[in-house]
Amino acid sequence: MAKIRNDYERSWWPRLLQWLEDGSTRLDDELTAEMEESREGHLLPSHEDVAAHETRLEERRRQKLADEQAMYDHAHQWSRTKGAKLANWLYRIMAVVVCVSIIWVLLQTASYLPPFGSPDNPVNNEVSRRYIEKGMEETGAVNIVAGMILDYRAFDTLGESNVLFIAACSVLILLRVSSDKHDPTSVYQLEVEADDRMYEPKNDVILQHIAAFLVPMILLYGVYGVMNGHISPGGGFSGGAVMGAALILYLNAFGFKRTQRFFTFKTFKTVSVCALSFYALSKAYSFFTGANHLPSIITPGNPGDLFSAGLIPYLNIAVGAVVCCTMYAFYTHFRKGDM
Amino acid sequence: MEIWQSIPFACILLPLGSAALTSAMKRRWAKYWTLFVITAVTALSLIFVVLMNRYEGSFTYMMGHYTAPWGNEIRAGMLEAVTALFFSMIMLLSLLGGLKKVEEHLLNDKQPLYYVMLLLLTAALMAQIYTNDLFTAYVFLEIMTIAACSLITARTKGRTLVAATRYMIMNLLGSGLFLLGITLLYDLTGHLLMSNIKEAVAALARSGEYQMPLTVVIAIMSIGLGIKSALFPFHTWVPDAYGYSTPTSAAVLSSLVSKGYIFLLLKIFYRVIGLDVIVSTGILDILFVFALVGMVMGSISAIRQSDIRRMIAFSSVAQIGYIFMGLGLGNEQGMTAAVFHIFAHAVCKAMLFLAAGGLADASGNSKQFRDLRGSGFRSPIAGVAFTIGALSMVGFPFLGGFTSKMNFAMAAMGTGDTRMMLVLIVLVISTWLNTIYFLKTVITLYRKPLPDASYPVERGKRGFCFNASLVLFSVVNVALGLFSQGIIEAITNGLTNFG
Repeated sequence: MAKIRNDYERSWWPRLLQWLEDGSTRLDDELTAEMEESREGHLLPSHEDVAAHETRLEERRRQKLADEQAMYDHAHQWSRTKGAKLANWLYRIMAVVVCVSIIWVLLQTASYLPPFGSPDNPVNNEVSRRYIEKGMEETGAVNIVAGMILDYRAFDTLGESNVLFIAACSVLILLRVSSDKHDPTSVYQLEVEADDRMYEPKNDVILQHIAAFLVPMILLYGVYGVMNGHISPGGGFSGGAVMGAALILYLNAFGFKRTQRFFTFKTFKTVSVCALSFYALSKAYSFFTGANHLPSIITPGNPGDLFSAGLIPYLNIAVGAVVCCTMYAFYTHFRKGDM
Repeated sequence: MEIWQSIPFACILLPLGSAALTSAMKRRWAKYWTLFVITAVTALSLIFVVLMNRYEGSFTYMMGHYTAPWGNEIRAGMLEAVTALFFSMIMLLSLLGGLKKVEEHLLNDKQPLYYVMLLLLTAALMAQIYTNDLFTAYVFLEIMTIAACSLITARTKGRTLVAATRYMIMNLLGSGLFLLGITLLYDLTGHLLMSNIKEAVAALARSGEYQMPLTVVIAIMSIGLGIKSALFPFHTWVPDAYGYSTPTSAAVLSSLVSKGYIFLLLKIFYRVIGLDVIVSTGILDILFVFALVGMVMGSISAIRQSDIRRMIAFSSVAQIGYIFMGLGLGNEQGMTAAVFHIFAHAVCKAMLFLAAGGLADASGNSKQFRDLRGSGFRSPIAGVAFTIGALSMVGFPFLGGFTSKMNFAMAAMGTGDTRMMLVLIVLVISTWLNTIYFLKTVITLYRKPLPDASYPVERGKRGFCFNASLVLFSVVNVALGLFSQGIIEAITNGLTNFG
């Protein structure tokens, strides 16, 4: 942008014109004006002059500030309206472009992968062959999946059950209403919660009757899934989720007062601590003996029996307990911040 | 199998098993128990490094009664041992230094849960370091992600919830990409054990089969882990997450969690895919460019901050750029320099975050530079520690940062192509920018306070744990610079047995 001058009269071109016109420059005029002024006898500027000068300075300063503010407002306005619009527009276009290109790349990749279900795929190698052929014989579990996750690759599953536990702990850190009486926010939250509980239970007769019928069945099915995890499809994770669902249904039908008779925060802590400690200890024993080639007291037993397959049924019970408690804790904490 | 070879197993199982117990303990017992377990892990790691020094090569350890491709296994060598020692030591010192703050920032009945997070994070880091199975790595990566989120949300004041949400979204995106990579890789090779995948990938590279999916797999795994470790264009979650959480969380997140992901990436480069295949796909060049831009942009963002914690957070982005630059060079020296910088930066950044917490405490709990004037006199140990950390980050001789910068320059010389010039130029620019913001901060710490400022006196005293942690951190920093030759030898040694 070209520089705009506001002292056009002082620049050399108009001065040249003026000089050509009447022979005197602006400088001469000013000089004569000053001479005339001083001839009037004011050697020092009077009080009024100084005041006027200062007012003028002040005005100029204000003008400058106002100009700056206007310029800033203008820029800000632009970034808020047109700039934001432009950025939003660009952002959306770029997001779509990036998403579409990633989708395209992934689809391309999928088309280059080994064909689905073909017997010569790299996945069909000695690893999966041994799981299928010798799985039952080595682990004692009729359900090969249970044998894989709880015996062959037990370390991964130990990590996985701790993922559940740490998720539950995260929810507790975030949502649990503290019982700290000194903290004003938690006192407020406790009061709100107490108010909220007055409306419980909802006394929905249909729900209560159906729940009274369904909850034992669902619970029984969950227990069955956990206990037979090594014999038939099922296991700790799925059976535990079913049991957790039964508890949540019971809670919804009959309210917190009834569930608190048998399931409080203390229960949750006890069950998950015992289950996880048992899991970690038994697996630590199993890993240690396995790695050092020591004889282990754990034997596969007679495949198909309820208590066979070494540690697998007990580990299933432990995992089932942790999953059930975690599901229930998630639900209650998201709903109320307490159990 | 000798008994000392069970140490890695103990380092994983001890914190993992004690985490559940800790959740049921009372506040005070949970604290002592956590300190005890992490100290035990550190001591075991130290013993392991000493014993590993005599042992040539690396060994595998079966996790269960089944040999490797069927069961799980862990593998330990010199590099793993040294990394485990550094990580557990930094974990211990960070916890020690921030203990008082944890007790101040968290409600009483939530403190045990915070210690559970730290224990599980320790276990996950150890498992990440020692694992020889890609899927185990993913499981423990999940634990690290969730634990890191809770470490941020543990202090439910200020912007931590927004920061945690942002952190979670970005990190889950990274985990998702990594999981996708594992799935595709399993489809291509039929293995999850790292050494078996490497054989299969080498066979694929020789036969030229499945080149395109293999490239995609490498790209999405690298980018996924890059997102999780705050590589430059994916770093938007960093300043809030590190800037507003409690000091221990910030120290642990910046110096351990992001480094754990980088260590996993290094493992993927060496043990899963193989360095020559990685170099031939060209993904390293992309990481290299991101790293160079990050080194400059992170520092520029750091200069613009007026909050000391956010400044350190942005400095992390620049330092992660250094590490990825070393990885991106693609040669042995570059990798060695990157691993050394992982240690140097981890030790330094944790100390800076803790010291910044102490300095802010001595300045009426304000983290703004204008209030921090003169805080170096009010909290002398924190001031000295911060100065040492800042000098190390700038690259002052006899400190860790200097050695790693020199290593990067040497590694770049080794390549002998355009990357050499790029690295040298960017190193100079980045060092200059580092100097601007770190020395500005140090000078601020030792200036006269503003005339209208008044500070409560007793808040500057942080107790024995804090001082001890900062002194130990300073000693480690200086030692890292003085004895860098031995550590670099150990790293070089470890890298030869790493693949």
